[in-house]
Amino acid sequence: MQVSRRGLIAGGLTLATAGGIVPVRRARAAMGTATIAYNVGLPSWDPTTGPSAVNPTIQAIYQSVFDQFIGQNPDLSFTPGLLEKWGWNAAGTGIWMDVRKGVVWHDGSPLTPDDIVWSLTRAGDPKAGNPIQFVWGNLSNFKVDGQRVTADAKQFDPVLFKWMAFLTGFVLPRAYYEKVGAAGFEAKPIGSGPYMVDAFERNAFLRLKANPQYWGGKPAIETVVFKFVTDASARVAEIESGSSDVTLEIPYEEYDRLRKKKGLKGITTPVSDIGMIFITNVAPMLDANVRHAMVMAVDKKLLVDKLLRGYGVPIDTLEAPQYEAFDPNIKTPHDPKKAAELLKASGFSKDKPVRFTIQTTRGFKPKDYEMIQAIVGMWRRVGIEADIEVYEIAKHFELRAAHKLAPAAFYNWGDAIGDPTTSTGFAMFSPSPHSAWKTPDVDAMIGPLWGERDEAKRIAGWKAVDRYIADNALVLPLLQYVQPIIHKDSLNVVPHVSGALQPQRFSPA
Amino acid sequence: MLACRVFARAAQAVPTLLGVAVLVFVLLRVVPGDPVAMMIPPGASAEDVLRLHALYGLDRSIAAQFVLWAGQAMRGDFGISISLRQDVSGLIASRLPATLELVLLAAAIAIALGTALAVFGTRHAGGGGEAAVDAVSGVALAVPDFIWGLGFIVLFGVVWPVLPISGRADPTHTLGLTSHFYLIEALLRLRLGVARDVLAHMLMPAVALALPLAAMIARVLKSSLAEQMGQDYALLARVKGFSRSRVIVREALRNAAIPTVSLTGVQVTFLVGGTVLIERIFSYPGIGNLAIEAVINRDLPLIQGLILTFAVLFILINLALDLSYAALDPRLRHG
Repeated sequence: MQVSRRGLIAGGLTLATAGGIVPVRRARAAMGTATIAYNVGLPSWDPTTGPSAVNPTIQAIYQSVFDQFIGQNPDLSFTPGLLEKWGWNAAGTGIWMDVRKGVVWHDGSPLTPDDIVWSLTRAGDPKAGNPIQFVWGNLSNFKVDGQRVTADAKQFDPVLFKWMAFLTGFVLPRAYYEKVGAAGFEAKPIGSGPYMVDAFERNAFLRLKANPQYWGGKPAIETVVFKFVTDASARVAEIESGSSDVTLEIPYEEYDRLRKKKGLKGITTPVSDIGMIFITNVAPMLDANVRHAMVMAVDKKLLVDKLLRGYGVPIDTLEAPQYEAFDPNIKTPHDPKKAAELLKASGFSKDKPVRFTIQTTRGFKPKDYEMIQAIVGMWRRVGIEADIEVYEIAKHFELRAAHKLAPAAFYNWGDAIGDPTTSTGFAMFSPSPHSAWKTPDVDAMIGPLWGERDEAKRIAGWKAVDRYIADNALVLPLLQYVQPIIHKDSLNVVPHVSGALQPQRFSPA
Repeated sequence: MLACRVFARAAQAVPTLLGVAVLVFVLLRVVPGDPVAMMIPPGASAEDVLRLHALYGLDRSIAAQFVLWAGQAMRGDFGISISLRQDVSGLIASRLPATLELVLLAAAIAIALGTALAVFGTRHAGGGGEAAVDAVSGVALAVPDFIWGLGFIVLFGVVWPVLPISGRADPTHTLGLTSHFYLIEALLRLRLGVARDVLAHMLMPAVALALPLAAMIARVLKSSLAEQMGQDYALLARVKGFSRSRVIVREALRNAAIPTVSLTGVQVTFLVGGTVLIERIFSYPGIGNLAIEAVINRDLPLIQGLILTFAVLFILINLALDLSYAALDPRLRHG
């Protein structure tokens, strides 16, 4: 066959034209498909191993495909999941769990108590690579009796069951996993969750189909597509062009603009993520007057109003209002005059300021660098001169684990189970690699609370710790973040305080 | 002759690759940064951190780590990605085709557009046409590719939404392709619907990548064409009555192409580097996007694998360039 040059050119032009100038497919929520322009990709399908297992942003995807031992409502309260009932034995030396009947895996095989035991045993095995192994390793000697599973515990842990609704608290199918192996599971994962994996292209998209046999009822949206769109401006374009039905984590300026557009709706929810400044117990932070002045000089409301367009909740402790140990009576008021007086008592003034470095990320959280710039400006007015050092978030983790953070360091702290151990506890207890202020007085208060069996006493104890920390200005809590979600008005979206955008909570409007 | 030339260049590439491997391996381990720092969960103890280091072999000396890695790399095994927990070779193999197709399409667009502009500018030398070509190429050259990308997203994704903004294909459809070369396979199997969809997804990132290169080609080629049009053979052809356009395309273009090919080859290597940002902006699943994720997560095995892949690509492009010189210029073919 001979192809003429003219024919070749004409053919090419036809293909190029057809390829280019065709209307883009519009996402159609009402037709049973919801497309989410999602802010991160999914690195791995195993929700119990590797770095992705402790990445809060991708838990929503895991929660769509896999079930957790215990469920969590959008307000962070706990609800039966694969476990219908659970508890500690009277002596506090072991646990019992009643496994839900009638649950099936996506391949149709039944979920059994043996899957629960295998998942917990694997999670507690140091060789399996579960980052939360230190929690699960507490359990051993599992026994199954009908639907009830029992296990011995090395020590009483009041937060153990909350972890079952948190990071790595997922149940995987033993028989399937052992049959296909880790690589096979990555290639074709199955769970017992509300959605089944239909197609997955790493760093591009994930397509899910509703699980008709889901024990909690089939989800309202038949097909869900997660498009991995890591660039915020591209996510804005996705929703604005109609290519996606839902997006999240966009700049607040764009949120305010888009929510007013016809056909779009906006939701803002305070989530379990707080902005704070770690204070490290090195000079000049060993001077209580300097610490108090740092805290008093910062006008948190002004930061939220002016920099975040009002999308944030100023806080005074490491507990957000939705957390169990939140105490509204603990206040650290904005008082620049008093701050200047305290600094003067320590020999500092605007002319002779106290100097230190503050570290911050830039662009990791909304307006993080701008917020620190504003805070440094507020400090300058009372006699604190801080140099800003920008670092990557990975560097922050490294420095924090080595206890080498600067005297002040900005960070955001998430706590999707709202328990004080996973907020104040790990942020302020010396042996934790995540604490910056490491002193015996705080440890003495926190230590007994790790194993406290009286829940009311435990929460009261944590509130006392929070008050002590605020009274001594050992950390500078700034604000609770607000998550912006924009969606088409043809879709109902239920936000979750954990920040997880769960498609199983979507429904056609 | 050709085989000898290819063999000689391949032999030269070995020490280059070895040097790159050693340099990257050592640098990544000497610069501050702990790859497991981001994996440390709340409540982890110092022992847990040490356990994580041991799990990824980071508790050994740099020399021991390199010997182990080099031994595996010789067998095509670049280890397991820390962040993705998957075989690095497999990850790169699955993502490289997307980048190669994007780069090839961008290069094709750049060559076609640059050549057309150069020919048009030469045809209208000294007039408004040449001035217009200079102005267009000046703007295309001055604006970086990622700015073009963002502009296209606004223009053709939002204001006049005719092209998809992200990804490589429509995620609501099953492509049913066996290889990762979506465009090439779809065209070969005459699945024009799939080819159209893939092409539509590639068009904006490819044009964004192509514009600065097209402008550069237009400038260099126009200058070479102007020189060739002053040569005796071109003047003779004009005297014989051939049209200016015919002389440019049929006579002068081939002779003017050699410096342009040289420049294009060098620029195509930069095109591969340019995919990193462009792939990010368009959420295009190639190795550029993968490289950003690897760097953010300090995924040492993946970074090493990707840099070696980039190095091999550069070497191959340069080899292809050498061979194309010989094809264009008979003097090089015959020594």
